[in-house]
Amino acid sequence: MPDTHSPALRSNQPADAHAAVYRYDEFDKTFIFERVEQFRAQVERRIKGEITEEEFKPIRLMNGLYLQLHAYMLRVAVPYGMLSSTQVRRLARIARVYDKGYGHFTTRQNIQFNWPKLEDVPAILHELAEVDMHAIQTSGNCIRNVTTDQFCGAAADELVDPRVYAEILRQWSTLHPEFTYLPRKFKIAITGSPNDRAAVQVHDIGLIAKKDEVTGRVGFTVYVGGGQGRTPYLAVKARDFVPVEEIIGYLEAILRVYNQLGRRDNIYKARIKITVNEMGPAKFLGLIEEEYARLPRQKFHVDPAIVDAIQTHFAAPPWADLPAVSESFEAAKQADPAFARWTRTNLTAHKTQGYAIATISLKPIGGIPGDAESSQLETVADLADLYSFGEVRVTHEQNLVLAHVRQDDLYALWQALDKAGLGTANAGLISDIIACPGLDYCALANTRAIPVAQRIAERFADLDRQHDLGELKIKISGCINACGHHHVGHIGILGVDKKGEEFFQILLGGDAGTNAALGEIVGPGFDYDGIIDAVEVVVNTFVKLRQPGEIFIKTLARTGHAPFKEALYARA
Amino acid sequence: MLVKAKGTQQSVAASRLLDGEAVWLGTGNIWVEDVALAAVFDGADAIAEALCFAKAEEKRQVVVDVYPLDVEITDQGTRPTHLRERLKGIGPTVRRDLGKQARQPTA
Amino acid sequence: MPVLDRGLPIDDRWTDLADDQDMPADGAVIVSLERWRADRDALTARRDAIGVRLKSNQLATEISSDLGSLSLVALEFPKFRDGRAFSAARELRERFDYKGEIRAFGHIIPDQYLFLTRVGVDTVVVPADRVGPAWAHALKEISVAFQPALGREEGTSLLRRHLKGTVPA
Repeated sequence: MPDTHSPALRSNQPADAHAAVYRYDEFDKTFIFERVEQFRAQVERRIKGEITEEEFKPIRLMNGLYLQLHAYMLRVAVPYGMLSSTQVRRLARIARVYDKGYGHFTTRQNIQFNWPKLEDVPAILHELAEVDMHAIQTSGNCIRNVTTDQFCGAAADELVDPRVYAEILRQWSTLHPEFTYLPRKFKIAITGSPNDRAAVQVHDIGLIAKKDEVTGRVGFTVYVGGGQGRTPYLAVKARDFVPVEEIIGYLEAILRVYNQLGRRDNIYKARIKITVNEMGPAKFLGLIEEEYARLPRQKFHVDPAIVDAIQTHFAAPPWADLPAVSESFEAAKQADPAFARWTRTNLTAHKTQGYAIATISLKPIGGIPGDAESSQLETVADLADLYSFGEVRVTHEQNLVLAHVRQDDLYALWQALDKAGLGTANAGLISDIIACPGLDYCALANTRAIPVAQRIAERFADLDRQHDLGELKIKISGCINACGHHHVGHIGILGVDKKGEEFFQILLGGDAGTNAALGEIVGPGFDYDGIIDAVEVVVNTFVKLRQPGEIFIKTLARTGHAPFKEALYARA
Repeated sequence: MLVKAKGTQQSVAASRLLDGEAVWLGTGNIWVEDVALAAVFDGADAIAEALCFAKAEEKRQVVVDVYPLDVEITDQGTRPTHLRERLKGIGPTVRRDLGKQARQPTA
Repeated sequence: MPVLDRGLPIDDRWTDLADDQDMPADGAVIVSLERWRADRDALTARRDAIGVRLKSNQLATEISSDLGSLSLVALEFPKFRDGRAFSAARELRERFDYKGEIRAFGHIIPDQYLFLTRVGVDTVVVPADRVGPAWAHALKEISVAFQPALGREEGTSLLRRHLKGTVPA
């Protein structure tokens, strides 16, 4: 066994004793097993014909079970992206025993299995419950898994750790009696860093946690009405500061107004973003404030004791006192250029001296974005135990993260990752592509998305070229539902069906970060072969236009879309 | 996205309730796992009758998600005209080792 | 149609009156919001209990000033997926402090029953061929709740215990 700095391993505790996941108490356990048995009974009633498919569908969806093109698909919740190594190993086991040996990480920090049988799903949910996991509300017209910054609790730039609040929201929204049959799905994202890594402004509700500079009180800037899909909107600011104690009451007010006034006549106009914008933000926000003013706020008051109690689950791991500079790390970078290249893209500054945050790329060149084999999941779990307190995170960009790695351990970590096909040095680069499952799996898609991502990655396979291009985010959706986030890609690609043929439109200028922006369609679409050339034309145009050190999105902002449009369509 | 069938030759697709396997209505009202063996119904009356049977199978908890699709008859058997339906008959193009395409053809 | 209370069919004293049906001489009746507004004087003159039906697009505010005259408010689920009545029920209880009976009718499935009781619904109307043990069972399947609501007391989660006003005495 390699050397380990894991204090847990050395003291005979479970290796993931310090992983920052919410550990179920007796009530949570009672609930989760009751929920499994409830679903087991529902499946039995369905198979016996006591409920129709129409009635069963929302029930199975609220337990994460879809019917897709080739099979059922089970989406398992990874609350705010946090996993212990025990949980990762259980996911690997489920993939191997009940599925086809792999899982797919999603843009909502969840994991999907593409081939479960309906009959097996209660057993899968039971296995998940044994490790404090579930698939509740990963689909359906309810409040979905709350997402957050994958670097929370570790990032140097963080002001407030959002996880405790994300967990409070997870509990509050679980089987909420009033808000489980909403007009449409409802997504909440929360971040605690001024550098938004959770894309909060394209969520139904986006929360930015911050501390009041004078009083030191924690609260949230609340955004409402953002979203992607066929009618993308950036959220509008509802309030600049809602203190923690009031946040649940405030969210109740937003959800109640939406549940009563959101459109139910047209599925495409049912999201809150449409309600906000058809009514006008001022009027909608006025209704929220009226509702909030008359709610029994006392009932929803978040006691500081609850914050403290839940906070203990997210206590910082026992970081060691380390020198700021690791000599072995510096030496390894000197000796191994491939490692040095990985450190340039896949590491993020940690708030504790001597540590780093490592992003594990699930985007090997030519691979399927976000897919991981059972054996790879087990490798990640082992490495998490050795080097990162047994904790693994899922990013909305479909990668994994080990958040607390000693700089001394980075070289050994990378070597092990590389051996498992997980060491690609491309985080944030052109081949780190978000792609929805597309028509290869999804029943709703119009076109494939994964092979487009694969072929772009192969076209730009040369990592030196990728590093030279710098940060460039490509996001691909196989239909206008925008699960591949194409609206907020620096280069977005949208697949459309044109008389039975796959066609792809290019959008430029989207941004999911702090300066959130929606991309604009640049012109007519390209066919399946042409789209790869078109992306290369855009990239080459950027290379011609860029100033030294400038990344794609900055060049585009400076020059506008015209030179790109010209390069793409000049010949036509 | 599901494309509305409007041709004169149509087949009927569904998914098996218990395991989600994609199936098509074959000749003799048997569900088949190979789209090439899907029965082709010619004209509105035949299509309506087939759909009626398929919907009844839905009520008997055999299949779910029943719908008609446009097809053509080829030397290799029934072939859906739309890409989505062809992929349903094959499996993911990015994982040739999975789905129907990975199975040994039965003799 | 059978009416369930706590999962079991009860003898129902109410007559559900369509808008074109004649008013019976006596007995408790449930009428539409429109008929209540049109025939209020005649209805109150009968001195029998009055209930009003709300469609799912009719908010609780439509009836809030009349609640003193009403012994029952019936909330419609045109489709079980249309969840507006969950908010209507909760507003009747929480915002307007309504103490009368709240009844849910229309397309409702057992899997919603627990939620209904938790937003303040007392009774549900169920087609005869759908009456069965699933309803009573649905109330017992999940014994833990994570958020403050109405209805019977459930086991309490960590969050629920700490949300003010719900800490068990």
